[in-house]
Amino acid sequence: MRHIISLLMENEPGALSRVAGLFSARGYNIESLTVAPTEDPSLSRMTVVTSGSDDVIEQITKQLNKLVDIVKVVDLSGGDHIERELMLVKVRASGKDREEMKRMADIFRGRIVDVTDKAYTIELTGTGSKLDAFLGALEQGVILETVRTGASGIGRGERILKV
Amino acid sequence: MELTAGVTTELSGAEITMRCLQAEGVEFLFGYPGGAVLPLYDEIFKQEKVKHILVRHEQAAVHAADAYARSTEKVGAVLVTSGPGVTNAVTGIATAYMDSIPVVIISGQVPTHAIGQDAFQEVDAVGVTRPCVKHNFLVKDVKDLAVTMKKAFYLAATGRPGPVLVDIPKDVQTAKTNFFYPQSVSMRSYNPVVKGHSGQIRKALQLLLEAKRPMIYTGGGVVLGNAAAELLHLVHALGFPCTNTLMGLGGYPATDPQFVGMLGMHGTFEANMAMQNCDVLLAIGARFDDRVIGNPKHFFQEDRKIIHVDIDPSSISKRVRVDVPIVGDVREVLQEMNRQLAAGKERPDPVAVKTWWDQIGVWKGRDCLKYDRNSKIIKPQSVVEKLYELTKDMDMYVTSDVGQHQMWAAQFYKFNKPRRWINSGGLGTMGVGLPYALGVQLAHPDATVACVTGEASIQMCIQELSTAKQYRLPVKIVNLNNRYMGMVRQWQEFFHGNRYAESYMDALPDFVKLTESYGHVGMRIDKPEDVEPALREAFSRKNDLVFMDFITDQTENVFPMVPGGKGLSEMILV
Repeated sequence: MRHIISLLMENEPGALSRVAGLFSARGYNIESLTVAPTEDPSLSRMTVVTSGSDDVIEQITKQLNKLVDIVKVVDLSGGDHIERELMLVKVRASGKDREEMKRMADIFRGRIVDVTDKAYTIELTGTGSKLDAFLGALEQGVILETVRTGASGIGRGERILKV
Repeated sequence: MELTAGVTTELSGAEITMRCLQAEGVEFLFGYPGGAVLPLYDEIFKQEKVKHILVRHEQAAVHAADAYARSTEKVGAVLVTSGPGVTNAVTGIATAYMDSIPVVIISGQVPTHAIGQDAFQEVDAVGVTRPCVKHNFLVKDVKDLAVTMKKAFYLAATGRPGPVLVDIPKDVQTAKTNFFYPQSVSMRSYNPVVKGHSGQIRKALQLLLEAKRPMIYTGGGVVLGNAAAELLHLVHALGFPCTNTLMGLGGYPATDPQFVGMLGMHGTFEANMAMQNCDVLLAIGARFDDRVIGNPKHFFQEDRKIIHVDIDPSSISKRVRVDVPIVGDVREVLQEMNRQLAAGKERPDPVAVKTWWDQIGVWKGRDCLKYDRNSKIIKPQSVVEKLYELTKDMDMYVTSDVGQHQMWAAQFYKFNKPRRWINSGGLGTMGVGLPYALGVQLAHPDATVACVTGEASIQMCIQELSTAKQYRLPVKIVNLNNRYMGMVRQWQEFFHGNRYAESYMDALPDFVKLTESYGHVGMRIDKPEDVEPALREAFSRKNDLVFMDFITDQTENVFPMVPGGKGLSEMILV
């Protein structure tokens, strides 16, 4: 099963590689991984999307907690949460295709953030499946380039991950 | 971080490091000098509190510090230079990591401005050691040095212990700053649980008291957690059988009638059968290693309840599903369990426990450790048996290397006290035996230290005979020489159709001459009747290192044996 794990860790050099090393050394899967400092500059927040049986996820959580740099770990998939991923897509857009491309971006609530004679760059946020759907809706061949951030997640309502 | 005490004088990083080691009560610093740590060696020269032990290879420095820690309750300390010094130390670090041994390794690093430039003797020490340390640090500013050292010792010794590396660039060793050494540290990200949950402990006790076929299985955690007395109390109070893992030997007295021997791949028939057939299992400071339970699929039984006590939550339910997890220091948990048991009126069902012991008695009747006692060639088991008989009343420590001799030592030497059996259980590192013996002898100068080894293992760190000479360490080496990598040969015999690929040790040295060349005493023993006199003579030579080269039966194998991937009840017996 797919799980989205959020963790707070000391904002210290090498912390990221400890996490990445843990996953590779123990043979766990990383689907995506995003990390950035939080409002407290001494802490970084990382979101790891992974998959595995309940036993595997329990081990992943325990092993992460064991790392000395890691302050807190939660499995967001254990409750209601919001998940977002950012994608930038560069598409071929010239002549009458330009209108069509604009409409398509609007439907998916995307924004065109860069324009040239021949191309648009569209910014899109949402869950991974929404971004996949957008790519699927485009005609083959119009996509010039894509870049995605991997998921970030936060608990709904009163659920807070904080020290 | 709290700074609660300190002195305000400008000191160099090297001076600070030495002050920290002194403040931590480090007696011995095992190491090897090199360009990147010379400022530190200069400080070693200027003081007398911390004694430096010069080994002949960095791997041995870590092994010796590790054995020092295993045989005392203290943290071992190591100093190595950058680059090749650190990479040589990695085997030692990984060995300590697998067995959860508290060691602090200080490594020199190229100056900060040269880091990342592929400088001479540069290696990413933090990167190279990351998978096999509890934690590691690169100190980039001398102002962080003292606090980092405090954290290193704190991390190494608390929670589940382990090795911690501190990498110090050469310019940080020479830079100066005010010296404050904190008396304590608190880290928001590191708070090991010490006290076990009392409700869970009550639940565990309830299960144990209702058990019809109970079993107590303990590991290295009991030894490291100094919980032997509490364990003995509990096992006696309950009247249940107790087994130790290879790492746990001595955690429960081997001569006690409730001890059923070691379990696992080369454990006794009775221990393995009791483990496999019990209905309630209490696991304490043990981690259900593959060498202990074989394949978890074969171990799984729907109706068996498992209680697991461990300080490391990630060890619980890692290989087998646990019904009652108890996270905490084993000593604290056992104390609480003893308290609750004494306070309550309930006692185990005497009829059920008697029936269970009768069954164990039947298994014991197989005499699974028997061997040919009338052999004309020296049987390795007989050497260990004789060693035990002659030394059981001494203040005795036994180290071992890795292989058949290790298993015979574990099976035939009866350890009644913890921290007396020193060996590499987790990583299974060949070459540890001699450096282990040196570390133990330094920690216990008046004790008798024997290293049970084989001709293949000993050669992996044999250069340490030189260290033994320098510091006059009179260890007794019991070499069970069968001219084969014995355990490799045994597996080739069982699983590879007797094709002894590269397991034959051709071109062996003359160990007697080799030992003599280092200035020690060598003996060669090739007749069964000479075993006892040789051991007697060796152990009477209090001040000499004696290397006893026992020429043993080449064909002898270790039994019982649970083949890899099988279940505990699928043992091969003699």
